[in-house]
Amino acid sequence: MPVVVAIPGPLQPYAGGRSMVVLSARCHTVGDALVALGDEYPGVRDRVLTEQGDVRQHLNIFVDEDNVRFARGLATPISDGSRVTILPAVSGG
Amino acid sequence: MPKKASDSGVLLLVGTTKGAFIFRASGARAKWTMSGPYLRGDPVYAMAFDARAGRQRLWAGTGNPFFGSSLLSSDDMGETWSDREEHAIKFPTESGLALKQIWQIRPGPANRPDVMYCGVEPSALFESRDAGKTWTVNAGLLGHEHRVKWTPGGGGMCLHTIVPLSDSRIGVAMSTGGFYRSDDGGKSWRARNVGVRAEFLPDKYPEFGQCVHKVVSHPARPERLFLQNHWGLYRSDDWGETWHDIANGVPSDFGFAMAIHPHDPDTAYIVPLESDGFRCVPEAKLRVYRTRDAGKSWKPMARGLPQEGAFESVLRDGLDTDTSDPAGVYFGTRSGKVFASRDEGASWEMVAKSLPSVVCVKATVLAAPSHAKRKVATARRKRKTARRPVRGAR
Repeated sequence: MPVVVAIPGPLQPYAGGRSMVVLSARCHTVGDALVALGDEYPGVRDRVLTEQGDVRQHLNIFVDEDNVRFARGLATPISDGSRVTILPAVSGG
Repeated sequence: MPKKASDSGVLLLVGTTKGAFIFRASGARAKWTMSGPYLRGDPVYAMAFDARAGRQRLWAGTGNPFFGSSLLSSDDMGETWSDREEHAIKFPTESGLALKQIWQIRPGPANRPDVMYCGVEPSALFESRDAGKTWTVNAGLLGHEHRVKWTPGGGGMCLHTIVPLSDSRIGVAMSTGGFYRSDDGGKSWRARNVGVRAEFLPDKYPEFGQCVHKVVSHPARPERLFLQNHWGLYRSDDWGETWHDIANGVPSDFGFAMAIHPHDPDTAYIVPLESDGFRCVPEAKLRVYRTRDAGKSWKPMARGLPQEGAFESVLRDGLDTDTSDPAGVYFGTRSGKVFASRDEGASWEMVAKSLPSVVCVKATVLAAPSHAKRKVATARRKRKTARRPVRGAR
């Protein structure tokens, strides 16, 4: 099964209006998945990752139910059928 | 060139921590109408209006806390804002830096209508040679040997002020870092802070490291610069080579905002604050101070402004003038009030009283669009709305 990425509402205009993107590329880590997503939708990439490739401070990335901040960050492994979810944190102002 | 207050109208761009607002008035500036918020929810620390080459283009720098800082433009007075797939302002990967915020958007000189500048955090200058379509970081400043010793001020380590001085000379100000000038069109930069005090350093007069809050100059006399420092009010008459204290008769020389009169290089405006420990106007009286003699003396301009219990503060880009004659002067406060003067500061009226915290005020006199320009604007609007994504007033 392919990896699926859930796109938050504010970023859906940059993903062709999609709330879910099914990745065709083979991905072993969250970083791989975000690169594959960014290749297809650079507008999403720029809003999720800084130009240095880091996840923006007030965004969280989950693999299934787990926040990758508490795992191995972008090196967190994923497998076929994983669901990667991008969500704004509860910070802001 | 002075513009008689006419029916062409005045545009007041107000950036706040929760979006942008646009105020418009006829040339008489007697009644203002407000629209917005545009870019709703996003902090808008930088705005600009580009009227060169027949444009009527608004620019805004947003600092979305989740998705990063974006540079947007509007050719229909804020009705729609063009966004881009990819962020326009990006540091090169090899720099190791990532954009935090756009602090300043500055159209270049009138004789170079496609030149634009952006000042950002972390401190860097971005330049465009195609009216804002593409941007590149200024390599001379990015690779400056002082960079490793610049340290963040309260607002972050930002390049917040850009002062085009001539075709080859340009100045920038950073907090902290100080004032830097290039004499070769931006290829190389030198710190120019002689005489500017750094209260917070053991060496009070270092070559660089000052916390300059704002610098302004007048195009008719570009060698003269006024500088509002983190403690200290200065003037230079030699392009910033040397600075001299001009805090003559102000209740405090601490402050952020500073603006130059559009037609008189001897006239400037500031809003002093009590201290860095209490960043409110002295005595809780909201007063703009004006000099008519290049800083030899300053007078409070308070008619129409609250003089009791006004614990107000005006940030570095919260004060501006328009190019009418008599000049309009405008400022916004952190408490969300906007005041306007149509008589060069002699008297004031409140234009808005309950906006989100105001971080940026930019005023401009609008040229009445010709029929041809209207056609171009309409065509641009149609092209723009056909593209996606487009953000409107939500």
